[in-house]
Amino acid sequence: MKVLVPVKRVVDYNVKVRVKSDGTGVDIANVKMSMNPFDEIAVEEATRLKEAGKVTEVVAVSAGVTQCQETLRTAMAIGADRGILVETATELEPLAVAKLLKALADKEQPQLIILGKQAIDDDSNQTGQMLAALLGWPQATFASKVVLEDGKATVTREVDGGLETLALTLPAIVTTDLRLNEPRYVTLPNIMKAKKKPLDVTKPEDLGVDVTPRLKTVKVAEPAKRSAGIIVPDATTLVAKLRTEAKVI
Amino acid sequence: MVALVIAEHDNASLKASTLHTVTAAAQAGGEVHVLVAGSNAGAAAAAAAAVAGVSKVIHADAAYFADGLAENIAEQALAIAASYSHILAPATAYGKNILPRVAAKLDVAQISEITKVDAPDTFERPIYAGNAIATVQSGDKIKVITVRSTGFDAAAATGGSAAVETVAAVADIGKSAFVGREVAKSDRPELTAAKIIVSGGRGMGSGEAFKILEPLADKLGAAMGASRAAVDAGYVPNDWQVGQTGKIVAPNLYIAVGISGAIQHLAGMKDSKTIVAINKDPEAPIFSVADYGIVGDLFEVVPQLVAELG
Repeated sequence: MKVLVPVKRVVDYNVKVRVKSDGTGVDIANVKMSMNPFDEIAVEEATRLKEAGKVTEVVAVSAGVTQCQETLRTAMAIGADRGILVETATELEPLAVAKLLKALADKEQPQLIILGKQAIDDDSNQTGQMLAALLGWPQATFASKVVLEDGKATVTREVDGGLETLALTLPAIVTTDLRLNEPRYVTLPNIMKAKKKPLDVTKPEDLGVDVTPRLKTVKVAEPAKRSAGIIVPDATTLVAKLRTEAKVI
Repeated sequence: MVALVIAEHDNASLKASTLHTVTAAAQAGGEVHVLVAGSNAGAAAAAAAAVAGVSKVIHADAAYFADGLAENIAEQALAIAASYSHILAPATAYGKNILPRVAAKLDVAQISEITKVDAPDTFERPIYAGNAIATVQSGDKIKVITVRSTGFDAAAATGGSAAVETVAAVADIGKSAFVGREVAKSDRPELTAAKIIVSGGRGMGSGEAFKILEPLADKLGAAMGASRAAVDAGYVPNDWQVGQTGKIVAPNLYIAVGISGAIQHLAGMKDSKTIVAINKDPEAPIFSVADYGIVGDLFEVVPQLVAELG
């Protein structure tokens, strides 16, 4: 059984981005880029399924600029067997990515696609669900546990107020939540090995997908700032302030 | 222009998130219809009909709608989608699961987690964990939108008298099945609906230590939350998580205990009316957003606070 794992190159989660002064976007020049943390969890999960003998091949996929190849190499260092980059300089919206992934899924015929639940740059939380709809597959989003057995995926999901378990007929889509697993540290020998793994590059046109953005970004602004408050000496003062000044208790 | 809201409900009643979404729908589309797809969900449909500003409720009932499976609910929304200018759902685990399926099938972009409606086709939404606010304009014929509850007031749950139209349920897609649910039992208010929240972070040191926050939450009638660091460390369940990848909250009072204030956490709580931070590190970033801070050992300060509250 083959698993496809899409990975996105994003600004590293430790970087605090700055809004450009002309309001056209955020400044990502010379900023550290990494694999989206939820995608790392997805690669780890696919790799563990392979190590457990449930899966035979893990294919990492990315879409975007040439440098996404680095992200694919990281996925291969974790454990993906090969990589595919859909190279384009166009800024991709989730719908466009879902269409590219559908085209690749039609070609590769995986039984399972594991994606991160959201990317930490645009915070959209859409691609997995859109891909499931386009493929006509069932989905289990926000997964904290995945069990593959008898042609089914039994997935525990993190929902508001607790957990929920679904049984999906394969092929299916799973999107990862934080607690699904803890991705391994990538070792140097594995980084070296990853450099030798196959990486194919294709283009949206080759897949027959129109990736033109549907949304226009009118502007990007700094959020309203909270003014810093005061330090109070003790609990007595705090309770008094909350009662008489803030009037919230 | 008519906007359709996909209701989040438990078949018996509407979730508060639906009321906030109705407000956003009215701002974006004017007239508001609500889709209640459920199983024996007559009570939820009646509740939707009573919401101020709703002019029509569309009720589809089938046993396979009972557990809100995304495949089936999305299909039901698609069956009626063509007559709407906007389709909205709350940006909760429920709405986020369903709505992108609707957008993809309609071949339109989805605009996630809007916090403001600037015009019927223009919306504001936070990106990069709330470190930037993007204003986006959609050229699509149908605007598909998830709504962040903290950005919009709740519509009044009573005062409306919409007609309830029953429609035939779409066929069961049948590719996924509901197996079970583990609902965390708690007498405390729900995190996203609470007026006061007491949250703990990695500074708590252990899951056991969260017990020290319970008397404080009891005294204040507060919900309990946590930072991602505390969830990652296994101190508390994930559904307590407040932040970029957890819940977005904006209570009247947010008390952050032993939380350093990573940007991912601030993204989830910085719109709270009043923020209190208790942390032993005076340099902790949480103090930069707090209205009131106490620098000290939480294991001393929290019991003092409980005592002060009497």
